[in-house]
Amino acid sequence: MPEARKTIEIRVMRYRPEQDDAPVWQSYQVPYTDDMSVLQGLQYIKDELDGTLSFRWSCRMAICGSCGMMVNGQPKLSCQTFLRHLLPGPVRIEGLAHFPIERDLVVNVEGFIEKLEGIKPYIIPKQQRTLAQGEHLQTPAQLEQFEQFSSCINCMLCYAAHRYNADSRDGGREQRMEIMNAEEGVWGCTAVGYCSEVCPKHVDPANAVNQNKVNSAKDYFLRFLSPKGMHE
Amino acid sequence: MNHKAGTVRRPYVRPMQGWWRRDPFFVRYMVREVTAVAVALYALILMGGVVCLAQGVLAWNLWLAAMRSPWSLLLHGVLLYAMFVHAKSWFEIMPKTMPMMFVGGQRVAGSTITRCGWAATALVSVGVLGLACWWAVR
Amino acid sequence: MRKRSNAPVFWLLFGAGGMLSALFGMALVFITGIVVPLGVEPYGDLMSYSRMVRFAQNWLGKGFIFAIVALFAWHAAHRIYHSLHDLGVHTGALAKLACYGGALVVTAVTAIALLSVGF
Repeated sequence: MPEARKTIEIRVMRYRPEQDDAPVWQSYQVPYTDDMSVLQGLQYIKDELDGTLSFRWSCRMAICGSCGMMVNGQPKLSCQTFLRHLLPGPVRIEGLAHFPIERDLVVNVEGFIEKLEGIKPYIIPKQQRTLAQGEHLQTPAQLEQFEQFSSCINCMLCYAAHRYNADSRDGGREQRMEIMNAEEGVWGCTAVGYCSEVCPKHVDPANAVNQNKVNSAKDYFLRFLSPKGMHE
Repeated sequence: MNHKAGTVRRPYVRPMQGWWRRDPFFVRYMVREVTAVAVALYALILMGGVVCLAQGVLAWNLWLAAMRSPWSLLLHGVLLYAMFVHAKSWFEIMPKTMPMMFVGGQRVAGSTITRCGWAATALVSVGVLGLACWWAVR
Repeated sequence: MRKRSNAPVFWLLFGAGGMLSALFGMALVFITGIVVPLGVEPYGDLMSYSRMVRFAQNWLGKGFIFAIVALFAWHAAHRIYHSLHDLGVHTGALAKLACYGGALVVTAVTAIALLSVGF
């Protein structure tokens, strides 16, 4: 006699701009096994129950950063969150907080991308090197200054929780300092610390932002000593 | 009504009211921020004292009498607790506001920095209580 | 060119006040607000007029009182201003004036009072 499958209720915030004025909650009963992630639960819904459900995902192993969403009010990667930890349910799922909803669990991240482009998220070499000169050399201590921050997978869980320039190869401090020094830069941060709590890669963005307060403050007070602002 | 689903974009922006009540982490954050009111109140009380002191012995004794009232004692009990909550949350967030620190090649852990903060507070408190005792009997 | 924020000034005052209140806050509230008013020995006579005047007339005493009162006020002003925003109050020039202006008033009044006490 086959065992009755355990089911869990998954409540999803639906939004279809062509038919909904505002988001509505929709409930599904999803059979689950102990190893199933929330993402797999959503995939079951889409495959078996309701093909109209829209959501982002890709690697399903917490490295691509695509599947960020609010699970029971907390920002999570759905591929890294397990249904067995959310018993007895219902599991409430909605799009990542602080972003406009495009459709169902798909949110508009244009604002984030613009900001990311704005701070030039790539190394601007202090001095140009030719290929013949070989690689930039760094000591382990220099690597440690920035390595954890480079683990960021742009999953934006920290943005949902919300409410960075330590790489020694980099010479782009001045260019980014203008953005950081502004009120919309680091000074809007009130050190809540939630961003670091939710980061799936332990990047500690709170530390990154607040270190930049120190840098920005140094730049503010010491700019008078050097015509082009502070260097190192 | 446009039936071509996928060609209609009408992004929905969710309201922010009551954002901080939705998550226990945020509630703790607001409690931390509210300790600022206690710090402000205490500064005002002390300022009142200094002003009274400058106005002479009669004004000063009035201030002292006010401090002896049951309401004042109750208030200061609350302020004492608030100062404790402030210190606790301050030392918890302090590691996040500092650049990375290294001792002997090893990264200094956040919890170590927090404990150093508490150790400093203990030292200062003992110092203040001791100094006050010495000054009181001079 | 983005406008450079003047936040660092207030942030440093906030930080100094926060550190001072974390280190000294509990001990000071305990002494001035509980132990002395209740007359717990040997602190019973600590805040008599003559003792306090001597303390406030001394340069170190002045400096200590001024630092505590002023920095506590600047710390609180900064935090309260930002919390207004967290609570959904639209923070503009008026809120800034009320908060930081308040701290400025406390600073000035305390300075004047400490100078009036004499040397």
